[in-house]
Amino acid sequence: MLDTALWISLALFVVAILLNVYRLTIGPSLPDRILALDTMYVNSIGLIILFCIWLNSKTYFEAALLIAMLGFISTVAVCKYLLRGDIIE
Amino acid sequence: MIRARSWLPIPLLSVLLLAVWLLLQQSVAFGQWLLGGFLAIVIPIVIHPFWEPQAYLKRPFLLVRYYLRVLGDIVIANLQVSRIIIDPRKRANPMFVVYPLELEDYFTITVLASTITLTPGTVSAHLRLDGKSLLIHTLDADDPDTVIKEIHERYERPLKEIFEC
Amino acid sequence: MIGFYTVMEGIIAFFLVAGGVFAFIGSLGLARLQDFYMRLHGPSKTSTLGVGCTLIGSMIYFSLTNHTISLQELLITIFLFVTAPVSAHMLAKCALHQKLPHYERTKGRPEELDEEQEDPDAADRPSTTPAP
Repeated sequence: MLDTALWISLALFVVAILLNVYRLTIGPSLPDRILALDTMYVNSIGLIILFCIWLNSKTYFEAALLIAMLGFISTVAVCKYLLRGDIIE
Repeated sequence: MIRARSWLPIPLLSVLLLAVWLLLQQSVAFGQWLLGGFLAIVIPIVIHPFWEPQAYLKRPFLLVRYYLRVLGDIVIANLQVSRIIIDPRKRANPMFVVYPLELEDYFTITVLASTITLTPGTVSAHLRLDGKSLLIHTLDADDPDTVIKEIHERYERPLKEIFEC
Repeated sequence: MIGFYTVMEGIIAFFLVAGGVFAFIGSLGLARLQDFYMRLHGPSKTSTLGVGCTLIGSMIYFSLTNHTISLQELLITIFLFVTAPVSAHMLAKCALHQKLPHYERTKGRPEELDEEQEDPDAADRPSTTPAP
C-alpha cells in the first residue's frame, strides 16, 4: 500500500514540477517566472522528502531544509531587486 | 513570562533558538544543551541593537485557540481554492478589497497579513503605510463588505485581544 | 483484526497521496488561471499545504520505523508555513509595482494600478454587480 501511495505521490509531484517549468518558460512577466521558480523550490522539497521515504534514510533532510531557506531568501531578494533596483539599501 | 535582563535581552527569541537547535540536532544530550544555550544567549546579545521593540504577548492561551482556528481555516481554504482551480465551468469572480486596519503595531499587522494570505480565498497584496490599510486580492467574492466583516470578526479582533488590549 | 501497523500505513499513504494531489492542484492553478494575481493563490496556499501533508506523512513514517519521535520535518513545515505568505506578499507588491494587467472580471480598482486605467476602454469596464 505504501509503495503504491509513494509512486502516485511521486508522479503527481513530477507533473507539478513540469507545470511549473511550463509557466517558467511562457510566463508573460517577470513576477510570473519568479512565482514559478518559488513553487518549484517548494515542490522539490516534497520530492526530496518522498525520496527519503523511498530510501528509508534521513540523510537528505538537511538538503530539504537548505532548499527551503535558500528558496525563500532568493525569492525575497529578487523581488526586492525588482521593487527598488537594489538589494541592500 | 521571563523578564528581560541585560544578558538576556530577548527571552522569547532565546527560547526559540534553543528549541530550533535541539530540533536540528535531533538529540537532547548535555553537550547539545550547552552549545544551544550558548548560541541562544550570544545571538540575541549580538542582534539586540537592531531589533525593533516587539509586541508584548498579553494572553498566550488565546494564541493557542487562534492557531487551531487558523489551522482549520487553512484546510477549508485549500478545498475552496482547489474547487475553483479544478472546475473549468465555474468562473471565478476575483476582486480587490481595501481593508481598513485597526491594529497599530507592525508585528501584529504582519501576523494578520500572513493569516489573510493563508486563509480562504485572499492574498494580502500591499500595505499602505499612510492610511493604515491593507490591499487584499480575493479569488472568489461578491461583496467587499462581507470580506471585510469576516476578516475583522475572525482574525483581527482575536489578534487585538492577544497583543494589544 | 487489523493490526496497528496496517492502520498507520493507511494513514501515511493517505497523507502522501493528499500531499501529492494538493501540490499538483497548486501547480495546475499556476499554469491555467488567467492573471498573475489569481495565479498567486494556487502556490501560496495549496502547494504549501501539499508539501506540509507530505512532511507530516514522512514524520509518522520515520517515527514508526526508527522508534523515536522524528521532529526535523516539523521544523521544515513550520518554516514553509511562515515564509510562504511573506514571499507571496513580496511577489504581489512586485506585480503592483510593475502594474501588471489584471483579468477583466476583477472588481475593485486599487489606486496602485490607476495610471494604467486611464485609457479609453476604462469606460466599458464590467459593472460592479455580481456575475450570475
